[in-house]
Amino acid sequence: MSILDAPKGKKVRIVRYHGGKGVSHKLRQLGLFPGKEIIILRYAPLGGPVMIDAQGRSVALGRGIASRVEVEVV
Amino acid sequence: MRIGLIGQPNCGKSTLFNQIAGYKADTGNFSGTTVTFTESKVRVVGDVVDVVDLPGTYSLAGTNPAEREVIKYLTSNEVDVVVNVLDASQLSHGLVMTVELLELEIPMVIALNMMDEADRIGIRIDVKALGEMLGVPIIPMIATKGRGIQKLFVQAYQVGQHQQLPNQPHYSKDIERYLDVLMEELRGVESHLKPRALAIKLLEGAEEIIQDVVNKKPETESSLKTIKKSLHHERGQTAEWVINGERSGLADNLAKQVIKQGKRHITFRDRLDDILLHPFFGYIFLILILYVFFELVYSLGGLLETPLMDLFTQMEAWLLSLFNNSEAFIPQILIALVQGVSGGIGIVLPYLMPFLIGLGILEDIGYLPRVAFLMDALMHKIGLHGKSIVPIILGFGCNVPAIMATRILEDKRERFISAAISTMVPCAARMSVVFGLVAFYLGPVAALAIYLFNLFVIAFTGRILSRLVPGESTGLILEMPVYRIPTVRTVVNKAWWRIREFIVEAWPFLIVGSVVLAILNYIDVARYLNTLVSPLSWILGLPREVGVPLIFGILRKELSLVMLGQALGSMEFSSVLSPVQMITYTVFVVFYIPCLATMMVIRKELGGKMMWQIVGMTTLVATLASLFARGVAEIFF
Repeated sequence: MSILDAPKGKKVRIVRYHGGKGVSHKLRQLGLFPGKEIIILRYAPLGGPVMIDAQGRSVALGRGIASRVEVEVV
Repeated sequence: MRIGLIGQPNCGKSTLFNQIAGYKADTGNFSGTTVTFTESKVRVVGDVVDVVDLPGTYSLAGTNPAEREVIKYLTSNEVDVVVNVLDASQLSHGLVMTVELLELEIPMVIALNMMDEADRIGIRIDVKALGEMLGVPIIPMIATKGRGIQKLFVQAYQVGQHQQLPNQPHYSKDIERYLDVLMEELRGVESHLKPRALAIKLLEGAEEIIQDVVNKKPETESSLKTIKKSLHHERGQTAEWVINGERSGLADNLAKQVIKQGKRHITFRDRLDDILLHPFFGYIFLILILYVFFELVYSLGGLLETPLMDLFTQMEAWLLSLFNNSEAFIPQILIALVQGVSGGIGIVLPYLMPFLIGLGILEDIGYLPRVAFLMDALMHKIGLHGKSIVPIILGFGCNVPAIMATRILEDKRERFISAAISTMVPCAARMSVVFGLVAFYLGPVAALAIYLFNLFVIAFTGRILSRLVPGESTGLILEMPVYRIPTVRTVVNKAWWRIREFIVEAWPFLIVGSVVLAILNYIDVARYLNTLVSPLSWILGLPREVGVPLIFGILRKELSLVMLGQALGSMEFSSVLSPVQMITYTVFVVFYIPCLATMMVIRKELGGKMMWQIVGMTTLVATLASLFARGVAEIFF
């Protein structure tokens, strides 16, 4: 499942991401590697971005990008 | 000696720099690029050293121009020692770049910043152990409070003098084996990077560096390919991923060994997002905060503008009184000079100053990324993402800081579109035209209608531009920094930097432009100017005389109201203009060509070509929009 379908407030683990070089590079820079655990914090309304917690760092991801990050419940 | 400051965004690097930088600091570009850095002289143990604030990057992969320039700079012997600023509350994230710096084999010191923040979330760090593992002196500090800074620079100075090198990070055995093979292969290749660092960068896939090596020793291309292929085969991942994964693993491991996680104190700052990013109240607060922000900027700006402008008006009158014939060439030129100077000091600065200070406060608190978060969905509707909202909001005060604010967008395409549409946001000066003409004579509802129409046109233009300009919106990936209480020093310094840029780079043009227009006026080109603009005034159904105020309005937007009175021979506009003409004229003024100061900032930030593109586009939009407004107004009046 993608980040968009993940339950809010639960810990999930990044499995892999689909997408171009630019996107994966930026995600990696923010420490979002496959295998890392993240928590979905909140969704902005009207199809806005998703805010996640990556080991203490809060990151907002646009829906387009969030939909390309595959996660699994820990 | 030269000390380089480096760190990831939001690590407090700029705060540290602002704490030490005097007003003599200088900004510059890396040769041949638009990547900027700031340098300042600092006194350390009786010696004067240069401190360079390098652009904040998350990594040193060399995939974007800023990163490439930083790597080149760090390894070119131009810096004697690097200060790596780390956010202690996010140690494992920051250490990834520290590992990259270790690879470069340059003398370094770590500034372990935000110790108070780490304390707050219950993190204890064994500084001594970490320092021993890395072979790097580590100074714990709190930059916002100025704690540890003195010690940091003394330590950096010593490391720089002794050229003390850090330990080398060791990767998994298979990686080390490949690195050895590559280093053997690279023997004899000259590079500013050390052999091991070069080998790592090649594996990581830094294209420019690879190209450089292949040019010097073509046979490396095939062997690099072979190595990458077998690495991919063994690990099931591309070499680039493997290297990044290794670094991240190393950083995690280091952090785990030195961090003791205690109890986390939950304070109101942790709860703040629950309110400020709430699906409903978040927007209420957004409107409230922006309202207070603008209200303060306007009232402060107004307080400053009135006495300043009075002063300049008196100066003009005094100047004129010195001459028998005030219409002569010399007094006219002098007046133009005064007006050019006053345009900067009297009109732009009174608003720009409180504006930039307010902006700095919002920035340092960490609210701007939250605005981007809240507005992302809406901005997507016009083909942009959340970050573009910041320049648009700022544009309502003055377009100059709005254009400067487009720097937060990494993508050139998005910067252009955001800059283009921000110039159509009615700034304070154009607001005076809307209020002085439309609200005063036709009522507030008409003025409101013009504002709503303006927003609609901006959204529409944004949509069209995002279709026309090639490329694709990358979508939002944005770190939300922890809320912080801004310090006076940082805010004032930052505002000063930006004001200085305006004074040095845009203002001289404003003065020259003012003089040129005075000369044009003196040789009585008004007639020709009106004729030049006549096709436009004819289509819009406006009197021919609007040519001059429109052209002078490019210099300063207020002039299109002030000079309109002069041109039409009456400040009582209702006797010389019909309501339809008032609306058409105002709509045109709101959209057409940005003022000279804005144009100069666009030229500086995005280049002359984009400046002319924006000039052309806004003229077209202004013509179409005012034609449309004329049609609609004719129904009502």
